[in-house]
Amino acid sequence: MSDSASKKPASKGRRRFLIDSARTACGIGLLGLGIGIYSKSASSMAPMAIRPPGALDEADFLASCTRCGLCVRDCPYNILKLADVGEDVPTGTPYFMARTDPCEMCEDIPCIPVCPTGALDHKLTDINEARMGLAVVVDQEICIAFLGLRCEVCFNVCPVRGDAITLDYRHNERSGKHALFIPIVHSDACTGCGLCERACILDEAAIKIFPMHLAKGELGKHYRLGWEKKDEAGGSLVTPDQEHRYNLPEGMRYDHTGEGLIFDQANAPAMTTPDATIEETPFSSNPLETLKKGIQEAD
Amino acid sequence: MARYTVLGAEAIRKKGWWLAHKWLILRRLSQIGILLLFMLGPWAGIWIIKGNLSSSLLFDVVPMTDPFVFLQMLATGFDRFAIEAVIGASIIVVFYVLIGGRLFCSWVCPVNLVTDASFWLRRKLDIRTGANFLRNTKYWMLGMVLLVSAVSGVMAYELINPVSILHRGIIFGMGFGWFLIAAIFLFDVFVAKRGWCTNLCPMGAFYGLLGKVSPIRVRADARSKCNDCAECFVVCPEPQIIPAILKGEKRGIPPVILSGECTNCGRCIDICGEDVFHFGLRFDRSRTANFNEENNAALLKQQ
Repeated sequence: MSDSASKKPASKGRRRFLIDSARTACGIGLLGLGIGIYSKSASSMAPMAIRPPGALDEADFLASCTRCGLCVRDCPYNILKLADVGEDVPTGTPYFMARTDPCEMCEDIPCIPVCPTGALDHKLTDINEARMGLAVVVDQEICIAFLGLRCEVCFNVCPVRGDAITLDYRHNERSGKHALFIPIVHSDACTGCGLCERACILDEAAIKIFPMHLAKGELGKHYRLGWEKKDEAGGSLVTPDQEHRYNLPEGMRYDHTGEGLIFDQANAPAMTTPDATIEETPFSSNPLETLKKGIQEAD
Repeated sequence: MARYTVLGAEAIRKKGWWLAHKWLILRRLSQIGILLLFMLGPWAGIWIIKGNLSSSLLFDVVPMTDPFVFLQMLATGFDRFAIEAVIGASIIVVFYVLIGGRLFCSWVCPVNLVTDASFWLRRKLDIRTGANFLRNTKYWMLGMVLLVSAVSGVMAYELINPVSILHRGIIFGMGFGWFLIAAIFLFDVFVAKRGWCTNLCPMGAFYGLLGKVSPIRVRADARSKCNDCAECFVVCPEPQIIPAILKGEKRGIPPVILSGECTNCGRCIDICGEDVFHFGLRFDRSRTANFNEENNAALLKQQ
């Protein structure tokens, strides 16, 4: 192996190159892993932080928001903030806090068209169609409407008044003669603007805005509400039950109402079983009698 | 190296202080000017430009989007982006392809102010030790950033990107983010010389790739005047790109820095007492033609 000596420097260089590359790859790989893990935990955003109107669902939002703050600039009420490093909201993304600075629901929604990527969906042009979150009456023990006191502030400040929050009249069991004016939120109309949360007169609001995924339940994908499907189809979609039938020999019937087995005299087959054998068994030929017998004995 | 603690002494003596700092001063004016332009809105209500380096709106009309952010968005697999993002990213790509990709690093990026301060302090404290990186580490970083975006489906790197965090922080306010910037500063002082911008920043890597084809270049046409003081080598953030061009006359290497890693900062032009360097075009016809003729003549002679 005379070649080995002359090859040595080259292989040394190659070795060094491989080690350096491996070192770099390891370092960068670890860093990448760290960023990946951090992004997973950072994506679970604080529930009280609400995205601006038209925000795509959170996964798409974090894939498309450039964190430029143009929405922040064009909000006439200055409610939006960009998250700082270390906050419970992914760095640099816009949000608002309903309790202090709710969305005032501008009719022209100026924060949306400036969004350069469409992370705030440009297709949203009617603010009433916005679903920033959903108001939830979280504390039904301390909300003073449930205590029987008149409040209805949330109902009255609601920009979609009468649709997003309605009042349900219930009997006041405590006084026995008054009504409770219970606020009920309807997800088909609530935009999640948060004006109700800000207006709530309690020290800690009893009605709060939550992001949709926290506020809403979801039916299993396989659920079909039969009555709705029936209405859609204009009739029952299920084939009616087959009428139950005994496969009895010709000339015999079974009566469900108590008569039991019936031999049609006319074309009854030859009864080979003599009456004597029937009497030998302790059971009546009518099963109902057996059942009744059991009940009578138990009594 | 101790004799370089006063960098550019010869250049200052020969050209005067102002000319020996011409590009540095212009660069600082550009960096601070761009920040001020963005601040003019929130401070004075004059909205020439709105947003930040990630995306902005010039005169409420011209959209601009950082192509590096746009690329991360593409990597996540998100494909329903608005047309403004495409227009905005294209504008920036064309701009930097024309004037030099990493011009962003030295003339626009706010982190450069931080890391240049680190470099200055490092020299003041005479710190010479530090971690070594493979020269292409920042390209690994660029690949990693795009991979993490693709795997996680979100722009994960934007959670910690010091460039966007600093620029956004200056304009929109920042608290904890300052610790990240301080970390970069200290890293560059104590851990690695020009650690962040030269070795790690994936944004620099991206703009470096953009700048590979740009026509505006630092040229060393007067390289025969070089007196081997090596000050350009000391001040250059990417010193590895200089020697081959500066000393390559005999080997027939054209006197123009073609590497995309050059940030067009112009510090080598300032620092050189002999005026070896100047900004020029990639294909300076007269000089290249000259060069080719000389080269051919030399080749003929050899034959």
